[in-house]
Amino acid sequence: MNIFDKKQQELLWTMILSRKFSDSLVELCKIQGKIPGMMILSTGQEAVGSGVCAALEPEDVIITNHRSHNHLLAKGAEPKELMAEIFCKKTGCNKGKSGTLHLAVPEVNAPCTTTVVGATLPIAVGRAFAQQYRNEKAITVCFFGDGAADEGSFHEALNLAALWQLPVVFVCENNLYAGAQRYEEHTRVKNMAERARAYDMPGIIVDGNDALAVYRAALEARQRALDGQGPTLMECKTYRCRGHGEADPQHYQPRDEIKAWQEKCPIPRLGDALIKSGIITSAKLQEMESMADNIVQEAVRFAEESPYPEPHEALEDVYV
Amino acid sequence: MQKLGMGQAINQALKEEMHRDPNVFIAGEGVGVSIHLNPMFPTHGLLEEFGPGRIKDTPVSEAAIAGLAVGAAEAGLRPVVEIMFNPFFTLASDMIVNHAAKLRYLSGGKSSFPLVVRIKSGAGFGAGCQHSHNLEAWAAHCPGLKVVMPATSADAKGLLKSAIRDDNPVIFIEHMGLYFAPMPVPEDEYLTPLGKADIKREGKDLTVITWSGMLGVAMGAAEKLSQEGIETEIVDLLTLSPLDKETILTSVEKTGRLIVLHEATRTGGFAGEIAAVVMEEGFKYLKAPLRRVTGPDIPVPASPPLEKFYIPDENDLIKAAGEILE
Repeated sequence: MNIFDKKQQELLWTMILSRKFSDSLVELCKIQGKIPGMMILSTGQEAVGSGVCAALEPEDVIITNHRSHNHLLAKGAEPKELMAEIFCKKTGCNKGKSGTLHLAVPEVNAPCTTTVVGATLPIAVGRAFAQQYRNEKAITVCFFGDGAADEGSFHEALNLAALWQLPVVFVCENNLYAGAQRYEEHTRVKNMAERARAYDMPGIIVDGNDALAVYRAALEARQRALDGQGPTLMECKTYRCRGHGEADPQHYQPRDEIKAWQEKCPIPRLGDALIKSGIITSAKLQEMESMADNIVQEAVRFAEESPYPEPHEALEDVYV
Repeated sequence: MQKLGMGQAINQALKEEMHRDPNVFIAGEGVGVSIHLNPMFPTHGLLEEFGPGRIKDTPVSEAAIAGLAVGAAEAGLRPVVEIMFNPFFTLASDMIVNHAAKLRYLSGGKSSFPLVVRIKSGAGFGAGCQHSHNLEAWAAHCPGLKVVMPATSADAKGLLKSAIRDDNPVIFIEHMGLYFAPMPVPEDEYLTPLGKADIKREGKDLTVITWSGMLGVAMGAAEKLSQEGIETEIVDLLTLSPLDKETILTSVEKTGRLIVLHEATRTGGFAGEIAAVVMEEGFKYLKAPLRRVTGPDIPVPASPPLEKFYIPDENDLIKAAGEILE
């Protein structure tokens, strides 16, 4: 098996794992008192996080947003610790302080999930500046949605990153909706990638449901950043198959639109292609699916059996 | 002993820490090439000494400046970034309030954010309310931040060096009115601890707690009160968060009378917090109701007589002292 074949399998694997992870949460979050707070899933968008992270090395950094589960799993976060944190348990990766929305996993160089829309960009600029300052052979990837591209922070961050030629890749996960507003209701710009021109950086449009296309584009953008050629804005066109959060009835999303995009699901798309090209067998695909099932079930069991933090632990970790 | 304006003392602190630790860098609008070719300003001459790799002039982008600090600090660098005027804190506030202050907590203690945000502040320049607006109470209201406001050159130098070495985000607010008056600063290296107030004048009759640009007003008023036989103890707070309750309460226990003096506006100002601490933990020491002497609840006006009306002065303090000493 060559390296690329192996990479494609890894990519498929993190998408399958992410989907199983999300699917389990669809049911769990409906149970009263089980999981606190909002539940925001990336079902159908897995090709973006998985494709980009497949192009990264462990020393590369990601800064991610409210729709983070897929990004974090693809970067190598431990599913048990993520699930326990989503359940707000003491054994979670952040001891129950972050919950499902702010998962921070610095040990896999995913130190920050921020839910303030557009906030990932200036932080990623700072993280990439540190890499440049220290001459590290590593880059920073910044995930955000199409809605975030309307924040002032997007423009400040792109301008500064381009000015200083920082090693950062801005990944705009354009899922066609910012809350209840469809893309054309929140901007007149046809493609977010066009905004890159305003800052004199490459702007690339990628089929965000084609994991291999995302992977290849991310590899190129990473190499440019490592070569000192600065940032890239990569727009991955995908679709938000579920609501903004699980409580969202999606009354504003046409049913046939959802259905059409579900048929473009990135997971069978890559799975079928890998079977067709003989890289994997359908038995192997089934094995991957049942392995992901087991990992997710084990993570849920671990989370459910874990204790909550003691109330007094609320006072810890404010200051060093 | 050398005599330096506060800007020069800050400049020395920055230089010393940059020589000591290669992780320290400076970023902000005009921190390298400035419209002020003035050696009394804090970042004067740094670009020539340390070069553009460590002295980073930025676009006019406060959110990006603060985000730069947050991201770089997470990586273990020690950014010292500058927000040109205190009201522009609002433009950087998401990065400071929602990120610098909270990301350590959200990480469950795994990450730390050793950054300093230097903010120039203070009324008295006729610059109007969008350049003069003391917002220290906002910052002090955010758990996760430390808030420092020195009043002397010597304290500014020692506190800034401590702030740069501190592993927490520190908001370091400088009153520009203090940049130009030479004050003694020790020649040898020293650190001034964060979270510790300093008694600038001892007295038995009355405690005045103040900080930043108002220390001079307090010292002037204390001199006049002394001529009337009233001995004022002046507590220079230095750090608003974490608050040195011990020094406050010890002084109030000693004098039994308290005035809190600040330049910021009254309602929701930090004097209210100090008053609440004293009412909760030191009520038994009070011989008279405490008083706040503050700016009135108005934006800082530009016109000189109006701005003068805004800024608390010695007469305001002496009047308040008279009310509680009767």
